[in-house]
Amino acid sequence: MNQTVKETGGTGPSHRSVEVGMAAFMALLALIGIFGSIKVGIGWGDEGPRAGFFPFYVSLVVLISCAINIFSALASGDKGRVFAEWGQLRQVLSVLVPTIVYVALVPYIGIYVASALLIAFFMRLFGGYSWTVTAAVAIAVPVLTFLMFESWFLVPLPKGPVESMLGF
Amino acid sequence: MEDIANLFHGFAVVVQPFNLVLMVVGIVLGVIVGVLPGLGGANGVAILLPLTFSMSPTSAIIMLSCIYWGALFGGAITSILFNIPGEPWSVATTFDGYPMAQNGRAGEALTAAFTSSFVGALFAVIIITLVAPLVANFALRFGPPEIFAVYFLAFCSFVGLSKEPPFKTVASMMLGFGLGAVGLDQMTGQLRLTFGFEQMLNGFDFLIAVIGLFGIGEILLTMEEGLSFRGKPAALNMKVVLQTWAKLPRYWLLYLRSCLIGCWMGISPAGATPASFMSYGIAKRISKNGHLFGTGQIEGVVAPETAAHAAGTSALLPMIALGVPGSPTAAVLLGGLLIWGLQPGPLLFVEQKDFVWGLIASMYMGNIVGLLVVLTCVPLFASILRIPFSVIAPVIMVFCAIGAYTVHNNTFDVVMMVVFGVLGYFMKKTNYPMAPMVLAIVLGDKAEESFRQSLLSSQGGLGVFFSNGLVSTIMSLGLIALFWPLIQAGWTRLRSGKLRPAE
Repeated sequence: MNQTVKETGGTGPSHRSVEVGMAAFMALLALIGIFGSIKVGIGWGDEGPRAGFFPFYVSLVVLISCAINIFSALASGDKGRVFAEWGQLRQVLSVLVPTIVYVALVPYIGIYVASALLIAFFMRLFGGYSWTVTAAVAIAVPVLTFLMFESWFLVPLPKGPVESMLGF
Repeated sequence: MEDIANLFHGFAVVVQPFNLVLMVVGIVLGVIVGVLPGLGGANGVAILLPLTFSMSPTSAIIMLSCIYWGALFGGAITSILFNIPGEPWSVATTFDGYPMAQNGRAGEALTAAFTSSFVGALFAVIIITLVAPLVANFALRFGPPEIFAVYFLAFCSFVGLSKEPPFKTVASMMLGFGLGAVGLDQMTGQLRLTFGFEQMLNGFDFLIAVIGLFGIGEILLTMEEGLSFRGKPAALNMKVVLQTWAKLPRYWLLYLRSCLIGCWMGISPAGATPASFMSYGIAKRISKNGHLFGTGQIEGVVAPETAAHAAGTSALLPMIALGVPGSPTAAVLLGGLLIWGLQPGPLLFVEQKDFVWGLIASMYMGNIVGLLVVLTCVPLFASILRIPFSVIAPVIMVFCAIGAYTVHNNTFDVVMMVVFGVLGYFMKKTNYPMAPMVLAIVLGDKAEESFRQSLLSSQGGLGVFFSNGLVSTIMSLGLIALFWPLIQAGWTRLRSGKLRPAE
C-alpha cells in the first residue's frame, strides 16, 4: 500500500488503494461464484434452467461492475486522499481484535462468561474504570441477559463450564 | 367498507392489554436503538426478532414494528441534542435542529421533530390503509413474469435513485443475490456454491448480514471517528410543547409536500434517507426563509422529519401488499413473517386478515403511543447517550452476537456476523450501499424462482417479460428507473439546448 500525506499531517493507506482492493475482493467472490455455478451447470436442464443459471449471470454482472469500479477508482483524481489515518485504523483494530477473540471464545466458555470478559476488557482499557465499577457492569449485564433470554423469553444461549457448574 | 370493518377489528386486537404493553416496550426499545450509535432500526429489529419467536405473529409484528417507529423517533433526539445523527435519515435534521438547540430552543426543535414525524407517519399509514388492499387485490392476478417484473422495478429504482455510484450499487446488489443463492437450490433441490463446506448448506442468512453490516460495521466506524458526546440539555415542558404546536399549523403546505415526497420515496425503495434530504432541499428552495436555513429554522426540522417518517412508514406498503420490502428494516420484518410461517404478498390480505389489519391498526396506535412516549421521556433517552462509549460499545457487541446466534442457534453465524461487520466497515468507507445487498439476500430466492418459472413457461425466451400490457409496463418503469440519471441528464441538456437560442 502506498502511503500518502493528508493536509492534517496524518498518514495512512490511500483511499484509492482501498477502493481498488475492495473491488478486487468483490471480483474474487464473483469468480468463485462463476466457478461454482459452472460446476452445477448453467445451461438448460430437464426442468428448465439448471441450478447454476441464476448465480452465474449474477456473478458475471458483479465481475463487470467491479472492473468498471476499479477503472473509475484509478481514473479519479483524488490521489492524495487518505482512507483513514494509521491511528484511526489502530482504534478500529483495537475493537475488532477483542471482538474476534470474543467470538472465538463463545463456543467454548459460553456467551455469558465471554461477554463479561469483553465488557471488562473494554471498560478497563478504553474507559479506565476502577475494578469495582468494571466488575459490577461486566457481571450485571450477562446476568440480566441471562434472566431476560433464558427465563423470560425462553431462548437458550450457548453455555459453558461455568454455567454447568452452577447447574444450568 | 369491508376494509373499515376489518380495520376496527384490528384495533380491537391491538388494544388488548398484552399488546399495548408490547407496544410501549417496543417503542422504548426502538428509541434506545435509534439513539445508540451502531444500533439502527434494521439491526435493532433483527437482534430482537428471536425474542418474538414464541409470541403469536400479530403480537410479534406489533412489537417489532413499534421498535421501528421508536427508532425513527429516536434518530431525531440525537440529531438535535448532540448533532450526531443516530440514523442516516436524521442527518438532514441536524442542519437546523442542532443550531436551534444551541440557541436554547431544543425543546421547540424536539417538539417540532416529533410532531412532524407523527404527521408524516400518520399520512403514510392512511395511504397504506387506502391503497394497500387495492394493490394487493390487483396483485393477486400476477403470474411469475409480473412478480419478477415487480422485483426488477424495485431493484432498478435502487440503482437509479441512490446517491452512490451506480456500478457500486449494482455490484453490492448482485453480490447480495449471489450470497442469497448459496446453499440449496429451491427449484432443483441441488446444492450449489457450497464447495463442500457443511456450514454453507443453509446459505447466508440475511439477518446475520444485517446485524454484521449495520451493527458491527457501524461500531467500527464510530471507533475510527473517536466519538465524544457533548449534548445540549434537554428539557421538554408542556408549555413549550403547546407553544410549538400552536406554531406548526401554519406550515401545512410544507407538511403536505414533505408527506408526498416521503410517501413517494418510501414506496419506491429509495427509502427515508434520500427522502429527508430531498424534502429539506426543496423546502430550502421554496421557503421565503430559505437563505436562513442552517441557522436554526423550524421549517428545516419539519421538512426532513416529516418526509423521513412518511418514507419509513410507507416502505411497509409494498412489503404488505406485494411482499417486496421498501427498506432494510421492512426486509427484516418480512424475514420475520417468513419465520412465523406467513407468506408475505397479496395473499396475506385474503388468508391472514387478522394479521394484516392488526399490523395496520398497530401503525396508528404505535405512532400515537410513540409520540406520547418520546415527548415525556426525552431527558431519559438523552441520558443514555451520556453513558460512555467504552461501556456501550461492548454491550452492543454482546447483543449483536446474541442476536446472530439466536437466528439458527449456531455459533458459526456469530463468526459470519463479524465477517459481515468488517465487510460493512469497508463498504461504508468506500461508498458501497448496503441496503440493496440486504434486500437482494432476502429476495434472491423469490426473484430467482419467479425468473426461472417465467423462462420455463416461455421455453427460455426473454420475450415473456414483455408479453402483455401489464408486465411490459412494470418492466418499462423498471428500465426508466434504472436509467433515470441518464434520462435526467439528457433532459436537462435538451432543455438548456432549446432554451439558449431563445435567450
